[in-house]
Amino acid sequence: MKTLFTELRVALVATLILAAVCCGLYPLAVYGVAQALFPKQANGSLLTDASGTVRGSHLLGQNFTSDQYFHSRPSSAGSGYDAANSSGSNLGPTSRKLADAIAQNVADYRQQNGLATNAVVPADAVTASASGLDPHISPANANLQADRVAKARHLSRQQVDELIGRNTEGPDWGVFGDPRVNVLELNLALDRLGASSPTSKSNP
Amino acid sequence: MKTFDAVQLALFVGVLALLTKPIGLFLLRVLDARGKTWLDPIIGPSERLTYRILGVDPDSQQTWKEYCVSMLAFSLVSCAFTYAILRLQQFLPLNPQAFPPMSEHLAFNTAVSFTTNTNWQSYVGEATLSYFSQMVGLTLHNFASAAVGIAIAAALVRGLTARSIQTLGNFWVDLIRINYYLLIPVSIVFALFLVSQGVVQNISPYTHAKLTEPFTIQVPLLDTNGVAVTTNAVVMTQTAHLAADGKPEIKEGKPVLDDVPLRNAKGDIVHTNLPVMVDQKVDEQVIAQGPVASQAAIKMLGTNGGGFMNANAAHPFENPSPLSNFVQVLSIFAIASGLTYYLGRLGGNQAHGWAVWSAMLTLFLAGIFVCWWAEARGNPIHQSLGVALDGGNMEGKEVRFGIFNSALFATVTTDASCGAVNSMHDSFTALGGLVPLFNMQLGEVVFGGVGAGLYGMLVFVVLGVFIAGLMVGRTPEYLGKKIQAYEVKMAMLALLILTLSTLGFTAWAAVSPWGLAGLNNSGPHGFSEIFYAYSSANANNGSAFAGLTANTPWYNITLGLAMLTGRFLMIVPILAMAGSLARKRVSPPGNGTFPVTGFTFVALLIGTVLLVGALNYLPGLALGPIVEHFLTGQTQLF
Repeated sequence: MKTLFTELRVALVATLILAAVCCGLYPLAVYGVAQALFPKQANGSLLTDASGTVRGSHLLGQNFTSDQYFHSRPSSAGSGYDAANSSGSNLGPTSRKLADAIAQNVADYRQQNGLATNAVVPADAVTASASGLDPHISPANANLQADRVAKARHLSRQQVDELIGRNTEGPDWGVFGDPRVNVLELNLALDRLGASSPTSKSNP
Repeated sequence: MKTFDAVQLALFVGVLALLTKPIGLFLLRVLDARGKTWLDPIIGPSERLTYRILGVDPDSQQTWKEYCVSMLAFSLVSCAFTYAILRLQQFLPLNPQAFPPMSEHLAFNTAVSFTTNTNWQSYVGEATLSYFSQMVGLTLHNFASAAVGIAIAAALVRGLTARSIQTLGNFWVDLIRINYYLLIPVSIVFALFLVSQGVVQNISPYTHAKLTEPFTIQVPLLDTNGVAVTTNAVVMTQTAHLAADGKPEIKEGKPVLDDVPLRNAKGDIVHTNLPVMVDQKVDEQVIAQGPVASQAAIKMLGTNGGGFMNANAAHPFENPSPLSNFVQVLSIFAIASGLTYYLGRLGGNQAHGWAVWSAMLTLFLAGIFVCWWAEARGNPIHQSLGVALDGGNMEGKEVRFGIFNSALFATVTTDASCGAVNSMHDSFTALGGLVPLFNMQLGEVVFGGVGAGLYGMLVFVVLGVFIAGLMVGRTPEYLGKKIQAYEVKMAMLALLILTLSTLGFTAWAAVSPWGLAGLNNSGPHGFSEIFYAYSSANANNGSAFAGLTANTPWYNITLGLAMLTGRFLMIVPILAMAGSLARKRVSPPGNGTFPVTGFTFVALLIGTVLLVGALNYLPGLALGPIVEHFLTGQTQLF
């Protein structure tokens, strides 16, 4: 019995020591060095406009619905791109709810982008991401949306393509991951271009 | 399949192979109480100070029973410590979002989950836990439970390789040394790398970003007490109008209908109770922040897997780039892979260490190829709706990872007991989702959790050697020690308890109202959600078919029990086996000794793992993912 109490006492002290070291010193050390070396990344890679207002994060997607913006992927995070409530749909391969949602997304995507009613659409354009915050779309998806955006903004397709190119990230180190287009950065760049006043008139 | 997918796989295997020896050699020094490392000048004084405060003599040795009691005492106390923090978080610092305490059953589930290295999460991290709860209550176990796993593996290997001694080392020394020399230094470097890639590390309140394009959502109208206002309207239906003679009146060949209130079976008028919805404009994005990097580093390295954010390593703040993803996946296997080298070195048979490594690699490759193929092939139901064939199954996956890196992560995280996810396994195709499920059911011995993978695999090695011994009619020997009835009993006990717990709880939940209430999917996929949950809990994995609403008292408690079973009822027989083996004399290998190296041994070991896994779980899998695969082909929806 005595040894058991000794063991429990050692266990308690060990818990407190490890808590102090692993949960106090360790994160504080990382915090200190991270804030000194990588302040931008450590605070969320935030994007601010000319007035200093935070407009979002380079790493987090946002909802876009009108024609003059590129649209992000469908999102299951809260009411859509809720960055305090990340989530996927978690619907399985034989889920009727998921099949219905995808059918609806496919129809919407074709209609918005003036595609044929039997056109195949990119997988990422009609499926929800894992986090609900995916900042990217595939280049194929961006390509299919480009005509719509160019028309709504009275830009040439070439101007839009150029911006897509500038906001496309290749595989890391040329090997890791797939090429991808950052939607928020692309849309902010479109707004900065300022070539169009986004009014409902320009919508067909 | 994309151009560089195969290159990425080759790089992954190549780098893992290259890391194995250096990590193994470092482990050799860390796991020796008198081992010298280049960190000694910095850490040595703190290490000795820690022993003094603990009152532990670093040179003292423990028998398997003493080692076991120390391990259990530490787990009990640290679990209670976390439970207390979760229940009291509103009184503790670093709670800028003012979160209330967790409920009793959720706090029990969470404390057990982190103590057992499972990190099953029934809660939404960024919407439930204060920074203090995450940093202290949970991160503590990310280090401690990983160290316990490595310590147990080391104790077992010492038992296997010792020459007739009674002791297995000292638990407290192992615990401290593993944390101080291995986990903390590596985590610091790893966390800083993650921050450089974009993982956040701050203690700021959540950021409010002004949306480029505000939108409107419908939310329930609340009254002044915060209760949802409902319509409470009478539901109307139609009934035939009766003429004066009591017969239904017919006009122009059609019956005349009256509007009447709908009544239920008791004759009461039915009211709809639809909530009244009002428009709410969303013009800002609230961005969750926190000390994510420090937790993300150790959650991968220590194969814990508990995410800071709900979406875990799929959240761009936890895993922002394909490069961060590659390093994270690699870090899951790193220590486990090094431990096979440790085994070979201590056993004086390096080829045996590599043979175990090869068996693990083969099982890993089998899993990744199936999962990768199934996900790249996509879902025929969705493709018939117009989704491009070449995109694969992108539901629940991130564009930056794509199909391959999602499949790789899912395979690795369940080969090991990590359980972090960078894609939602619930939305995988039937066969793609079968791979993570089956991986966990094999006991996570494919590299496996830190320590847990090796001691789990050694159980199979003992069984494999025993089976081979029976086939040739000789007393089985392993590393010169006779494998006798006691060792085989202990090995079988560890396996049977796990199987019984997984299948038993699954069966119970599948036929109970509380079990079915939490399902997000119907049909075979619903069964898979339950099966996955208990497999994950028992295997101390922590990943989920996350559609399951597991935050109910029944699920929280049964899953908590499954996690305790999977951890401690496995460790105790293994330590008993280690204690028994340690006492045995080492006999030199003779003509009849079954070699534990080479192709035959690797094939036998893989065969043992698959046979046990298949016999135990194939019937269950047939009811879930396998039948679902065939239904997908027939476009059957639920």
